[in-house]
Amino acid sequence: MNAVTDTVAPVISARNLRKAYKNKLALDGTTFEVAPGRILGLIGPNGAGKTTALKAVLGLIPFDGDLRVLGRDPRTERDDLMNDVCFIADVAVLPRWMRVREAIEFVAGVHPRFDRARCERFLQGTQLKPQMRVRELSKGMIVQLHLALVMAIDAKLLVLDEPTLGLDILYRKQFYQRLLEDYFDEQKTIVVTTHQVEEIEHILTDVMFIRDGRIVLDAPMEDVGQRYVEVLVNADRLEAARALKPIDERSLPFGKTVMLFDGVAQSQLSALGETRSPGLADLFVATMKGTYA
Amino acid sequence: MNAISTVDGQARSPMAPPHATHKFGLLLRREFWEHKGGFLWSPIWAGGISLLLTTMAGITGEVMLRRARDAGEGLNVNGSHMSINGLDLGMLTSKMSPEDMRQLGGAVDASLLASSLWPFIAMTFVVFFYCLGALYDERKDRSVLFWKSLPLSDRETVLSKVASATIVAPAIASIAALVTMFGFLLLASLLVLAHGGNPAQLLWGPGRPLSLAAQFIAAIPVYALWSLPTVGWLLLCSAWARSKPFLWALMIPVFAGVIVSWFDIMHVFDLQSTWFWENVVARMLLGTVPGSWFNVASFDAARIDGPQAISHVVNLQSMYSVLLTPQLWIGVLAGAAMILASIRLRRWRDEG
Repeated sequence: MNAVTDTVAPVISARNLRKAYKNKLALDGTTFEVAPGRILGLIGPNGAGKTTALKAVLGLIPFDGDLRVLGRDPRTERDDLMNDVCFIADVAVLPRWMRVREAIEFVAGVHPRFDRARCERFLQGTQLKPQMRVRELSKGMIVQLHLALVMAIDAKLLVLDEPTLGLDILYRKQFYQRLLEDYFDEQKTIVVTTHQVEEIEHILTDVMFIRDGRIVLDAPMEDVGQRYVEVLVNADRLEAARALKPIDERSLPFGKTVMLFDGVAQSQLSALGETRSPGLADLFVATMKGTYA
Repeated sequence: MNAISTVDGQARSPMAPPHATHKFGLLLRREFWEHKGGFLWSPIWAGGISLLLTTMAGITGEVMLRRARDAGEGLNVNGSHMSINGLDLGMLTSKMSPEDMRQLGGAVDASLLASSLWPFIAMTFVVFFYCLGALYDERKDRSVLFWKSLPLSDRETVLSKVASATIVAPAIASIAALVTMFGFLLLASLLVLAHGGNPAQLLWGPGRPLSLAAQFIAAIPVYALWSLPTVGWLLLCSAWARSKPFLWALMIPVFAGVIVSWFDIMHVFDLQSTWFWENVVARMLLGTVPGSWFNVASFDAARIDGPQAISHVVNLQSMYSVLLTPQLWIGVLAGAAMILASIRLRRWRDEG
């Protein structure tokens, strides 16, 4: 991300965010930047401060620190900011009494960048009918409706906080696929949090790990692939491998051990055994070791 | 799930340019959509039921009259002479003095008012509970996260709820009340006709249905202003309470009143405890009752006796005299302050 931020104004620029809840610090000097045209995955264990960080970005909560979103302070310029920012926070927050047609009419009437025809096109292939009420819809259909509404808005920044929680795999796959195919382009920025790391890692351009209110990893996906290497170490090379200080180690059946290395040269590692790029989930588990201890 | 393939073709079509919005109008419509049952249907049902009851009472009355006549048939040899034991209203009006007619007019107006009361009673409860839920329900079902994802300020949103409670709901209830009133007048006219009376002479002439109708409409701004402290207080509770906004809204003013009465605090200001109940507690809780400004309106007191007095009580002058009272304007200020506080609460309230 650092390469991009030099030339283009960042979409989000956060310095030293602090937010304390009654019994714990949710944001503890959180500092990060998000460049335009990126899809950033914000990943962290439960209670790490993901949602708090997003709420701060969306101007939903008071906090301390310096935060600019599209050049505006979400605390004082939220009304203006919301013309360019949209979000889906949590699943199924659409009002239950609303009808599909009312939802479309309402958003069309209040959002200057909402494209009604586009929204209706998104809904064409679904089971949703204009006179249906949200309370009659399944959770998956509510998300379909919400996504159609949001994707028809030409926003510069879209924030998704656990948008697919509780949906089956078909809806989840469809959700991200449509987002990528029909919505995302180089003028837009998407920030997404989820626990289903495996499902989104292929669509992310950047990844950020957050733990106890601090950013512990912030890198473009290609860097992650270069920096972290997973090695399938043969039993006879274990000692040599451990000398290179793997950040994680787990045993497989038949005497093999998988080790995860951070910033060790590829040439050194290939001598130890078969190498490959680790999945984001493995990296996450290795990074967050001891979180709940 | 086949959505992807159908949308694919036009996937990268350019976005439409920004278009004009009419936010406040849509916010009002959104309130109406959500509360159609309360705003629209409950006054209509209340009016409809009161008309139905009137009709049933009319029929019962007719039946009883007939029975009375049938019972008297033994004395009356010629049964076809309905008018002898029945009620002949034509005879009645022809013998009335002008003073009697004024009395009759008052009675007609009073019954017209009574007939139109039900939609307003329904509205009183609807507005009260609407305000209590307006900022609480959206937090409870988390739909506030959807509303806040749109470019709508908290000020616009809360003010749209205030306008719904103080203008939209009373306007709809007034229309329902007017329809009910004319329905009642129509029913009464039929009854009068059935008894040989002239409705124009007996009902429409002495009564003042049109003037009453005009006053219902004219009362809406007075209602809006007078109800502001209650609306503000209920919205504040709605925005503030973590749970049970109804209990908070009720208990805080009532306990305040009890404490004030108990320790006779108002004595410090040379006032009775009743002053506090009347001017603080009641204004916080009963402002949604139409006509609750009655106490501060100025009447021509000398002329209030008998049914004809209704025209002195229900007239524009005494109703708009309320607009000149400090009670109204202090209430408006208090209401506005509480509404401002609700807007701030909605802006910063963090829902887990």
